[in-house]
Amino acid sequence: MKKFALTAVLATAISASAVLPVQAQESLTLKKIKETSAITLGHRESSIPFSYYDDKQQVIGYSHELMLKVVDDIKANLKLAKLDTKLMPVTSANRITLIQNGTVDIECGSTTNNTERQKQVAFSTTIFVIGTKLMAKHNSGIKDFADLNGKNVVTTAGTTSERILRKMNEEKKMGMNVISAKDHGEAFLTLETGRAVAFMMDDALLYGEIAKAKKASDWVVTGTAQSKEAYGCMVRKDDPEFKKMVDASLTKAMTSGDAEKIYAKWFMNPIPPKGLNLNMVLSDEMKATFKTPNDKAFE
Amino acid sequence: MGYQWNWDVFLQPSATGDDTYLGWMFAGFKMTIALSLSAWVLALLLGALIGVLRTVPNKMLAGIATAYVELFRNIPLLVQLFIWYFVLPELLPTSIGDAFKQSNPVMQQFLASMICLGLFTSARVAEQVRAGINSLPKGQKNAGLALGFTLPQTYRHVMLPMAFRLVVPPLTSEFLNIFKNSAVCSTIGLLELAAQGRQLVDYTAQPYESFIAVTLAYVAINILVMTLMKKLEDKVRVPGYMGGK
Repeated sequence: MKKFALTAVLATAISASAVLPVQAQESLTLKKIKETSAITLGHRESSIPFSYYDDKQQVIGYSHELMLKVVDDIKANLKLAKLDTKLMPVTSANRITLIQNGTVDIECGSTTNNTERQKQVAFSTTIFVIGTKLMAKHNSGIKDFADLNGKNVVTTAGTTSERILRKMNEEKKMGMNVISAKDHGEAFLTLETGRAVAFMMDDALLYGEIAKAKKASDWVVTGTAQSKEAYGCMVRKDDPEFKKMVDASLTKAMTSGDAEKIYAKWFMNPIPPKGLNLNMVLSDEMKATFKTPNDKAFE
Repeated sequence: MGYQWNWDVFLQPSATGDDTYLGWMFAGFKMTIALSLSAWVLALLLGALIGVLRTVPNKMLAGIATAYVELFRNIPLLVQLFIWYFVLPELLPTSIGDAFKQSNPVMQQFLASMICLGLFTSARVAEQVRAGINSLPKGQKNAGLALGFTLPQTYRHVMLPMAFRLVVPPLTSEFLNIFKNSAVCSTIGLLELAAQGRQLVDYTAQPYESFIAVTLAYVAINILVMTLMKKLEDKVRVPGYMGGK
């Protein structure tokens, strides 16, 4: 999720030589949408259940559905008879650059809003709040981080979880063996094959891994959240008018209860591809976000 | 270009507070050296044996050696590594497999990497050794046998002392390769030099400094290897052969 280091550098290099004129009076994004009657949406390919392909190669997910609501509102606000939506798959590595260089107008997936990224792009109102937790086998006896003393624990390289875990190990002298897998899939494989007793990661992604697991009932997400992160939709910086329209639309969805319905659809009901129910109840942070939408980052 | 150079990054305490970033690099450097040298010992021993077996008259022994070389030479290194690390423990009896998987992960990764690199390189060393033996004039073997040596004695006292000296230059490239190939082991999480370089990028957002340091470290290793091997080459060169005096 947070493998943004290289992207950030590339993005800096590009923004330094950006061709986009800044300080325009009128929103360039909205002007472009009006003139071309088209908007390009950035989506993820396998961020379950935020933004991913179903078995018919259609983009679906919680974030994607919210993004489509925003598009509907943009169309209504600009009084357009028709608005073509172009879909563009993005990865963690290229999403910031594609927003900056104008390829993608808005991206709603599983992108964490943090202060480092705010130097490159703007973030909408928070659409999701995750906590970094543990996944373990249901009968392993692992309930929280204190149970990990002297055990093998896996996490994904380059994530906030990795930092927290290594720091915790150092400070509390827990004697854990921390394994840094190169992606979430490999981290889960390490857990599944018994090399590690627990996998630390964003809770929503852990539930997503369970949804792909061979035997979902074997796994539980547990532990006290060690950090919180806010996911937001990315839009271009220096286009506050467009961001305002996106925020207004998301705020409306959240305060009217629509967002909670969409949440229930993706987190409390069976979802593709395997018809599994993630059973992730609405957290207090999420309730607060829906009640008073804001675009604050946690770090 | 808006890049902020910051060479001081290496002296900063690392994000986990246990060391400086230079310390991380040095830990990776030591890991690369330890892994490559131990794998090289394995590769030399096995490679020499298999290479000799490929040239013996016994059809079955030669066949086994050929199969060994073709197997380890024709499967990509990365695939072999995943087989050793991910697949093999699942094929072992459950109790042994589980005991291995629950042991210290660094040891697991190191063992899997060492065996994988060692066997992969041994197939290549075997080919060099075989080429060395085959490049000797036929008369040498016949002369040995005619003098009453047995076949093993002919290998030991006549052919191998020549063959090994002839293959020092190609073995130097295999030795260099093993250091470079060891970077593949970062894919199973072993924190060697390349992996530490990647970690530094993730933690400090200073990719250029990190990868320049990694590059220089590999160059330094390889220059050292080349110098030592050149010395060895000069020392063991056969008079009258390939520029030898």
